[in-house]
Amino acid sequence: MLGLQAFFFYIFAFIAVGGALMVVLSRNPVHSVLFLILTFVASAGLFLLTGAEFLAMILIVVYVGAVAILFLFVVMMLDLDVGQLKQRAVQYAPFGAVIAVLLLAELIIAVSGGLADPAPMTMTTALPMAETGGLSNIEALGNVLYTRYILFFQLAGLILFVAMIGAIVLTLRHKENVRRQSIPDQVARNPATAIEIKKVESGRGI
Amino acid sequence: MTDIFSLYVWPALVITAQSVLFIVVLLVLIAYILLADRKIWAAVQMRRGPNVVGPFGLFQSFADLLKFALKEPIIPASSDKPVFLLAPLVAVTLALATFAVIPVADGWVIADINIGILYVFAISSLEVYGVIMGGWASNSKYAFLGALRSAAQMVSYEVSIGFVIVSVLLCVGSLNLTEIVLSQSTGLGTMIGLPATFLDWHWLGLFPMFIIFFISALAETNRPPFDLPEAESELVAGYMVEYSATPYMMFMLGEYAAITLMCCLTTILFLGGWLPPFDFAPFTWVPGFIWFLIKGGLVFFMFAMVKAFVPRYRYDQLMRLGWKVFLPLSLAMVIVTAFVIQIFGWGAAA
Repeated sequence: MLGLQAFFFYIFAFIAVGGALMVVLSRNPVHSVLFLILTFVASAGLFLLTGAEFLAMILIVVYVGAVAILFLFVVMMLDLDVGQLKQRAVQYAPFGAVIAVLLLAELIIAVSGGLADPAPMTMTTALPMAETGGLSNIEALGNVLYTRYILFFQLAGLILFVAMIGAIVLTLRHKENVRRQSIPDQVARNPATAIEIKKVESGRGI
Repeated sequence: MTDIFSLYVWPALVITAQSVLFIVVLLVLIAYILLADRKIWAAVQMRRGPNVVGPFGLFQSFADLLKFALKEPIIPASSDKPVFLLAPLVAVTLALATFAVIPVADGWVIADINIGILYVFAISSLEVYGVIMGGWASNSKYAFLGALRSAAQMVSYEVSIGFVIVSVLLCVGSLNLTEIVLSQSTGLGTMIGLPATFLDWHWLGLFPMFIIFFISALAETNRPPFDLPEAESELVAGYMVEYSATPYMMFMLGEYAAITLMCCLTTILFLGGWLPPFDFAPFTWVPGFIWFLIKGGLVFFMFAMVKAFVPRYRYDQLMRLGWKVFLPLSLAMVIVTAFVIQIFGWGAAA
């Protein structure tokens, strides 16, 4: 099945790289986000090819299904002026170039010698498959995540929790003079408290 | 040469044939589900519903299909044309793609993968893109408001659907949809000595979850009473305002495919899939596929009835129900289920 795997690898890889390029190149920010989503989906396909099916699905559920939607939301609501953005992009170009060079250097170091596995990556070898001993992906992940890496797992959860509370604190405002619906009050109303009967003399009004 | 044929060509042909057959059956089924929806709605309102095309209006959906296909699709001048046309395609493709892992009877499944339920969850979480893209690309206030509502609504209710699925998975111990069904052949009923009956299915053991899942499924598929993205009294037709002819039909098809999927999922997760309600003679003669259809049909009947007699929610009420009621309730149920399974050591039961 190697040929087929390589075939699909190339398809997904081209889509991912092409999508990532279009994120930067497309003029409309909303199109950029849509291309970003395409890149995510193609990366999920790459994960599937390496046998990391759980990671692939989680990537789609979390990043595409939730994070990217909110992202798309924000970009759509902002109604960005593309011309102004281009001008600012030129302004920030040197800074961006520095970051790009740094990232490239990191990648080159990691690929050329930094990896623990010295086996050369050639197209003839099969894609790296983790040894799970017959367990399914999820069981294998769960076994290490909740035993060996429990501390990191809990820490990650704690960080997310703090971030969530921070977001709530930053956006929570108690406005005065705003009438809010109170469900218990509504349910607790009865004719005795809700209706006031007034005797109106004829020709007078209240 | 024979090697390539037996390795690649033959399996590809088999899968293609299976998929085509499945999709054709599914589309015909969806045509009748649409008709059933209109008929049930009409019956509740003491109308007759569509009754002109064919006997009892049975060919109404096909007449509609022809009408939509032959009309001129109008694309608004100021719309974002590629995204505008891509949106209905995304909606319908994703809705149909999920059916690849749905087992309709023992072994009757196109892709029997280990992470079946996760795949369904992932793809159905993408379905919101069709709505958002359509709403934005139309370049219309109504469509955009509808898309925004839909995005918030679907993301909110996915959370509780996720927790409901987790509590089912805790009972089953597998993400494979076939195994989820098979695990329901033993349960609460067999535990007290009864033969395998409908009491073993998860709807009883996880009763509040069954209700939460049903209501969340209504919200997830933009069905009334949660059809705010297309509320005609406020937004004309929401994200579908600018669509006409075939693109509109594809949106409708995607919506009803998603509804069918939710009916199938409810059947698989809570109503024992293709298992017969009583595991003895006259019931076991009926093939599993038929049981699956009957159960799915029952769930859809409930979908249609809710549409007919529940008034539409207000948007803040919808959000309150999702975040303040369903989320804590389903999260608590996950914890309770995990505790019960851990303490009593019930594997496939609870």
